[in-house]
Parts: sequence; structure tokens; C-alpha cells
Amino acid sequence: MNIWIIILLGGLLTFGMRFSFIYLVGKYEIPELMQRALRFVPPAVLTAIVVPELLIRSDQLDLSLMNFRLISGFVAIFVAWKTKNILMTLLVGMAVLLILEFVY
Amino acid sequence: MNNNQTSFWAGVRAELPILIGVIPFGLIYGVLALNAGISSVPAQLMSSIIFAGSAQFITAQLVRDTVPGIVIVLTIAIVNLRHMLYSASVAPYVRALPMRWKILLSYLLTDEAYAVTILNYEREDPKESSHWFFLGAGLMLWTAWQISTAAGILLGATLPESWPLDFALPITFIALIIPTLRDRPAIAASLSAGVVALLVYDMPYKLGLIAAGLSGIIVGTLLESKK
Repeated sequence: MNIWIIILLGGLLTFGMRFSFIYLVGKYEIPELMQRALRFVPPAVLTAIVVPELLIRSDQLDLSLMNFRLISGFVAIFVAWKTKNILMTLLVGMAVLLILEFVY
Repeated sequence: MNNNQTSFWAGVRAELPILIGVIPFGLIYGVLALNAGISSVPAQLMSSIIFAGSAQFITAQLVRDTVPGIVIVLTIAIVNLRHMLYSASVAPYVRALPMRWKILLSYLLTDEAYAVTILNYEREDPKESSHWFFLGAGLMLWTAWQISTAAGILLGATLPESWPLDFALPITFIALIIPTLRDRPAIAASLSAGVVALLVYDMPYKLGLIAAGLSGIIVGTLLESKK
């Protein structure tokens, strides 16, 4: 699919969801089950993207110490937990990966 | 200044502290979108058409991984579902406005604009000019997001190709995940999504991503219901 179609469809869907209840006000409410499920979307979807990025190298599960992305990922988890700061997490995580790749 | 202008600028000011977090995020998005192989014009326009940070980061990652477009669009929809909550939450306050205002304010209803706007609505008695506060906050965020994206795209074009910049997206996601792991259901949602993502990694069209995301959401919701 062309990048423009992805952007336009993604934009239409996003606008539609932002507009939904402002447009429908008073007529419908969000089901309670869905309200509760929504807070699990970020941890679930983002983890589903990140885990294979860290653990799968050239289509193989790689749990060795030579998997530098896995090591940098653990450092990033620690920094994110301690600082709650996106930029700091990014800088430290990238620095660890760059140093490991440079040394080996 | 009349009441509308006062409210507008109060909204702009309320948004300013949030920009400290938003501007680096926009910069990083610009750099990484370019690095994922999206050219500068669509990368910039994604910031005004989709206008939702985490969905844009995910789109960049999935474009890089050559995930089929329909799976990308589906993922954007799932990640942005939370905006329906915001929409429901501000709906009573904007119900009397003309349709063109409803459309404009809906477009500007991001996480960051919602956060300050709903506080303002709940704090003060409903005023004739309250929607101008919403507009001020929303436009301030919109402007910062467009400019920081542009700066990131300019910066991205100057960084050496040999840097493993593709890894910056997963690290950014880690920084977004960790603060959401506040209790056991959230941690279980994250862990089960990660395990399922590995188990179904070979599914065609990267549909494993959707399967893993949904199973995490279901596990979290079920665990919370049991309490």
C-alpha cells in the first residue's frame, strides 16, 4: 500500500475517533468493558512491537550476550524506569548500542 | 482583550509546560521517519494528517519493516482508540457549539490538548468562552508538533547512515511502555503481548502483531475484572 494511502486512511480513522462522541453526544456511551480495556492498548501493542525487535536477529531467536540490542534494551528499560524520561532513555540506550558495536 | 482572547491565551499558556516533552518527541519522530525510508513530504504531512505521536512512531517502524498497509492502518486504529474516550469526555462541554467548531476541536483533540482542556472545563464554571481555551491549547500543541517534526526531518538528513538509528524506535517505545506498567494487570498485558509476539512471529503479513496486541489487551482486562 502506498504511504499516502496509509497516511490518509490513518488520518481519517484518527479524526473519526476524535469526532465520534462529540458528534454523537448524548445518544450513545462507550461500553464499560471497552473503557477498561483501553488502558491496556499501549503496553500490549508497543510490547508486541518491541520484543521481536530485541530478541529476533536475522529471523532467529537470539538470547546470547552477543545480541547487543537485547543488552541495550535492558539498559533502556532500567533508565526508563528510573527517569521516566523519553529523551534520556533514548540517548543512553543508543549510546550503549553504539559503544558495544564499536568495541566488537 | 475580550473574554475569548483571554481564554485563548490561557489555553496557549497552559500547554507550554507540556511542550518540553513534546518538542523532543517531534524531533525524534522527524529523524526516525526519514530513517525508516519515508520521504520528507509525507513524513511532515503525517504530522498534520494523522497528528498523533505514538501512532506516527509505530507507522514509521512498520513501514521500515515493510508491513502490509492494511495491517499498519489497523494498528493505527487500535492505538488511537483511546481518542474515543477523550471525545466522550469533552462532548458534553462542546455540545452547543456550531458544527465547524466541533470539527476543528475534534481535529485538535490530542492526548496533550485533552489533558489541559478537561482540567480547565472541570475547574471553572462553564463560560461562554471556554472553547477558546481548548482552541488555544490545541493550536499551540499543533504548531509545536509541526515545527519540531520539520526540525527533526532537517536534522535526520544530516546524520550518518552508518548509525544504527533503526534501534531508536524500539528504545522510544520502551520509554513509552514503562510508565504504563503501574499495576499487575498492565504488567501481565505487556508480558503476554511480548510472549505471543514471539510465538506468532512467523504469521503472514505481520498479523502476529495484531494477535499479540489483542491477546495482551484481553489478558489485562480479564485480570482486572477478577479483582
